[in-house]
Amino acid sequence: MSELSELYQQVILDHNKKPRNFRKLETANRHADGFNPLCGDQLTVYMQLEDDRIADVSFEGSGCAISKASASMMTQSVKGKTREEVETLFSEFHRMVTGELDEEATPNNLGRLTIFAGVREFPARVKCASLSWHTLHAALAGEDTTTTENLGPDITSDQVSA
Amino acid sequence: MIATETSTSGERQAGDTAAWDVARVREDFPVLGQTVNGKPLVYLDNAASSQVPQVVIDRGGRYLREEHSNIHRGVHYLSQRATTAYEGAREKVRRFINARESRECIFVRGCTEGINLVMHGYGRKFVTAGDEIIVSAMEHHANIVPWQMLCEEKGATLRVIPMNDAGELLLDEYEALLNERTKLVAVMHVSNALGTINPIKEIVARAHKQGVPVLVDGAQGAPHLSIDVQDLDADFYIISGHKMFAPTGSGVVYGKAELLERMNPFLGGGDMIRTVTFEKTTYAGLPNKFEAGTPAIASQIGLGAAIDYLNGIDRAAAHAYEHELLAYATEKLSEIEGVRIVGTAREKVGALSFIIEDVHPHDVGTILDQEGIAIRAGHHCAQPVMKRFNVPATARASFAFYNTKEEIDTLASAVQKVIEVFS
Repeated sequence: MSELSELYQQVILDHNKKPRNFRKLETANRHADGFNPLCGDQLTVYMQLEDDRIADVSFEGSGCAISKASASMMTQSVKGKTREEVETLFSEFHRMVTGELDEEATPNNLGRLTIFAGVREFPARVKCASLSWHTLHAALAGEDTTTTENLGPDITSDQVSA
Repeated sequence: MIATETSTSGERQAGDTAAWDVARVREDFPVLGQTVNGKPLVYLDNAASSQVPQVVIDRGGRYLREEHSNIHRGVHYLSQRATTAYEGAREKVRRFINARESRECIFVRGCTEGINLVMHGYGRKFVTAGDEIIVSAMEHHANIVPWQMLCEEKGATLRVIPMNDAGELLLDEYEALLNERTKLVAVMHVSNALGTINPIKEIVARAHKQGVPVLVDGAQGAPHLSIDVQDLDADFYIISGHKMFAPTGSGVVYGKAELLERMNPFLGGGDMIRTVTFEKTTYAGLPNKFEAGTPAIASQIGLGAAIDYLNGIDRAAAHAYEHELLAYATEKLSEIEGVRIVGTAREKVGALSFIIEDVHPHDVGTILDQEGIAIRAGHHCAQPVMKRFNVPATARASFAFYNTKEEIDTLASAVQKVIEVFS
C-alpha cells in the first residue's frame, strides 16, 4: 500500500473533496477546455491574464481525485506568476510525473506540487495529473481546447521492453 | 434480480453448480496463475477481453511453427494446410452460431471492423437521403459512430430506442420508431456497460414485420449465451473473438447470404476478386468478396480452437455458473454502504457496473489494481449510457466462468478499502 498512500496523500484527498478556485471566473479573458478522451475527464481552465501575468485563475469540470486535486493545486501555484514562470513550472511538473525529473535531487520551483511525484509509479494516471496543466498551457497559448490524446503514450523510455 | 434464463441453461437452476468445477477450469487458463502487485491476479475485465486457454495458445503456436504460410494461393503443402485450418475455423464458427452456410461467416478483426463492413457494404449501397437507421440508447460507440458517419454522408437520420432506469429498452417506443423510411435496426445483444440482455428475437420480429433488416452487435452475447442466428432470425450478427477466449484480431460477421450477395464489397484488393483488368474488376463470391488481403490467419484459427474449447465444456453449466457469479457479486456490492449498481435489468449477464459515492471510478480502478484486481473504469465506449444515468463513468467488474466467489469477496473487501481511503 505504500505506493498507494504515496499517490493518495491527505493533501490530495483534501483538494479532491474541496477543490480550490473551483468556479467559473467572470473576469477571465482566456479559457480553454481540456479533454482526456480515454477516460472522459473534462475540465475548463479560466484565466485573467494581465500583461503576461496570471492575475486570477480558476477551473471547472469533472474527473478523478488526481485530476481534480492537480487542477486545484495548480491554480494556487500559478496565480500571480508570469507566463514564463508558469511555462517553467509546467515543464518541471510534467517531467516530474513522467519520471524525467528527480524533484529531490534537482533544484526546481515545484514546492508543494512535489506531492504529485507519486503519480509516476502509476503510468495510467499521468494524464490525469497533467490534464489541467496542458489545459492551462493551451489557454496561455490562446487555444480553445486541448486533449491528452496528442501527447503521446504514457510510457517512459525505461518502460519499453522486449 | 438476475436472470437465469438463456437458451441452453434454462432447465438448470442457478444454485446448481455441482457440475461446474471452477478449479479445474482455471487450470486451462495459464494467465490466471500469476500475481499482480504481490497479490493473486483477480481478473474481472472479461467484457473488455477474456483470457485465452492453453489449447488456443497451442493451436496458434502450432500454426506458426508448422503451418505458417498464405492461404488461398499456393499449391504447396504449407499453404494447403493453412487454408484447411483457416476454412476449418470458419466451419466451426458456422456450427457455433448455427448459420446455414459457412460462406455466410465473414472473418474480420473484430466487432468494430464487422459493423463498419456492414455500414460500407449495406449502408452505403442502400441508404439514401431521408432514410432512417435505428440504434439503441445503450449502444457501444462501435454501433453508433459508423451509422452517424453514414447518416452524415447520405443525409439520413439516426433514431434511438430509449431505455428505462433499469437499463431495459422500451419496446413500445421502439415499435413507434419503425416506419417505411427505416433501412436498418442496429442493436447490441448484451450491453457491455450495463449487462442487460436485450430481447433480440422480439426486436428482430418487430423489424421484420416492417421488412427492416437487423444487425446484432454480439460482442458480449457470444461469450455468455448460446447463439442460434437462425432462431434469432438476425440478418447480421457480429462477433469479436477476443471476448470469447480467442486472440485479438479474430472476429466474424454473420450475414444472410442473400443480403451479403447484394452488398458492395468492403475493402478492395487481393483475394476478393474474380477477374481484374484496368477497365473492370469482378468480385469473388462469398465469403472472399469481403476478405481482401491476407487475414489474421493465426487469430482466426485460434478462434476455431476457442470454439472447440467451448464445445468441450458443459456450456449450460458454465452459463448457469456465470449467472450465479453475477448474482453473488450484485448481492455483495449492494451490501456496501455508498455503492450503487448501475444497470438493474431483469435479464442480465456478465457485467456489473457500479459507482462509489464521491469516488471517481478511475481512483477505484487504481486502488483495486494495487490489490491485484483488474476491472474497467471509465465510460466503456458508451458515453450516451453514462449520460443517461447521469454519471461521468462507472467501475465495471465483468465475469467469465473461470472466476470464483472468493474473487468476488476480494473485490468486495477492496471496495471497502477504497471507501476507507476516501473517507
